[in-house]
Amino acid sequence: MTDKQDFVDIRHAQKSYGNLEVLKDISLKVKRGQIVAIIGPSGSGKSTLLRAINDLDPLTKGEIWLDGVQVNKKLPHRQYEKHINEMRQQIGMVFQHFNLFPHMTARDNVAMAPKMLKGLSKEEADKLAEEQLDKVGMLERIDYYPSQLSGGQKQRVAIARALAMHPKLMLFDEATSALDPELVDEVNQVMKKLAEEDMTMIIVTHEMDFAASVCDRVLFMDQGVVVEEGPPEVLFKNPTKARTREFLGKHLGANK
Amino acid sequence: MDIDLMLKVYPFFLEAAGLTILLSILTAILGLFCGILGVAARLSRFAFIRFLGAAYVSVFRGTPALIQLFILYFGGPQIGIQLDAFEAGVIGLGINAGAYMTETIRGAIISIDKGQREAARTLGLSSWQAMYKIILPQAARLMVRPLGVNLNMLIKATALVAAISVIELTYTAQRYIGSTYKPFEMFLLAGVLYMIIIYVVGRGVAWLDRKVQIT
Repeated sequence: MTDKQDFVDIRHAQKSYGNLEVLKDISLKVKRGQIVAIIGPSGSGKSTLLRAINDLDPLTKGEIWLDGVQVNKKLPHRQYEKHINEMRQQIGMVFQHFNLFPHMTARDNVAMAPKMLKGLSKEEADKLAEEQLDKVGMLERIDYYPSQLSGGQKQRVAIARALAMHPKLMLFDEATSALDPELVDEVNQVMKKLAEEDMTMIIVTHEMDFAASVCDRVLFMDQGVVVEEGPPEVLFKNPTKARTREFLGKHLGANK
Repeated sequence: MDIDLMLKVYPFFLEAAGLTILLSILTAILGLFCGILGVAARLSRFAFIRFLGAAYVSVFRGTPALIQLFILYFGGPQIGIQLDAFEAGVIGLGINAGAYMTETIRGAIISIDKGQREAARTLGLSSWQAMYKIILPQAARLMVRPLGVNLNMLIKATALVAAISVIELTYTAQRYIGSTYKPFEMFLLAGVLYMIIIYVVGRGVAWLDRKVQIT
């Protein structure tokens, strides 16, 4: 059994593609309600780590635990599929490129999975979609197709879609990286709101200011290892490792 | 050019065109069925089944359809497959068309952004649910035109079954040449009828394509 405190528990995560090791023995524990940001240069393995949590990019070695259940259990194919589909319902994920379903309205994007997987009636699922879209400020666009929405609006619908499954954990994979600068804030506001509701979140981001303002903990990753981690006020203000300082120097400089 | 002769024989050609259309419809249905099976095999998670799918496609696209028909119709009886010419025509062309349709359908499916599948799987949809609820509805829109091209090729390929003596349009033209010695007129008449069929089908495909694009 895992310690109740360790809501998310990543143990010795390793991943390689042939000879290329992208994750080298990473362990990470996240408590319920905590918000962790992962920062680092591209190719550092941060997205791979995030995508390993719901087994979208399976680990080569290591274990992922969520709320006392191992996500990446070794099971025969059919049983594993059933298990992982149940686990994934509890883990919301938001992608850099939104990945909304273009053939469905905002409403159907949100209502589809609850209707299909949780047996909600059409009325119940529609009501749920309205609630979730209202929460992200997209109620007035409920019958729009993704192609009729701006990037920021798309991402807010994508967040609503993930929230409609009532996940225990939310993963954000560079949720604002593909947005025009003026659209970043509306998505950040939604994420802040989630933070205030004590949603457990793991966020891969390039936005240091946002990470500093909402996160309990920041991990700096480089070349498949966690170089340094700590509370944002420590990691951003007084990093101990030279590599962290170098990275922050470049990024904080570029942001100003 | 002997217009009078053409006017005199064209009702018989129309009847033959009817058989060409029937042949095309049956071949298209069998082809689509084989194409769906082929795609399922090509996308299977079992390597051996994927291999079978790939082998099906390369064998039937890699050899002349005429040879395939000859093997089935003339060679079949040797290995215990007795088919009349029409059956052999439909089955031979259908399996051949299926190989092309396999690649058409597969092309549409794999051109859907992989983020779509990831988003669906992340919500907890099974592989099959993601396929029919998310991938196929989008891929279907992309398939209409290329499947229309397959259909166009297939209709023209029905002329091959003249070689195994199915009395369709091309064979009918050949028969009338035997009695009239007017190959120009007879083949021209057959060609015009093929063109009319192809044109109508083409318009139908274009209409369907417009229809499915509206969302």
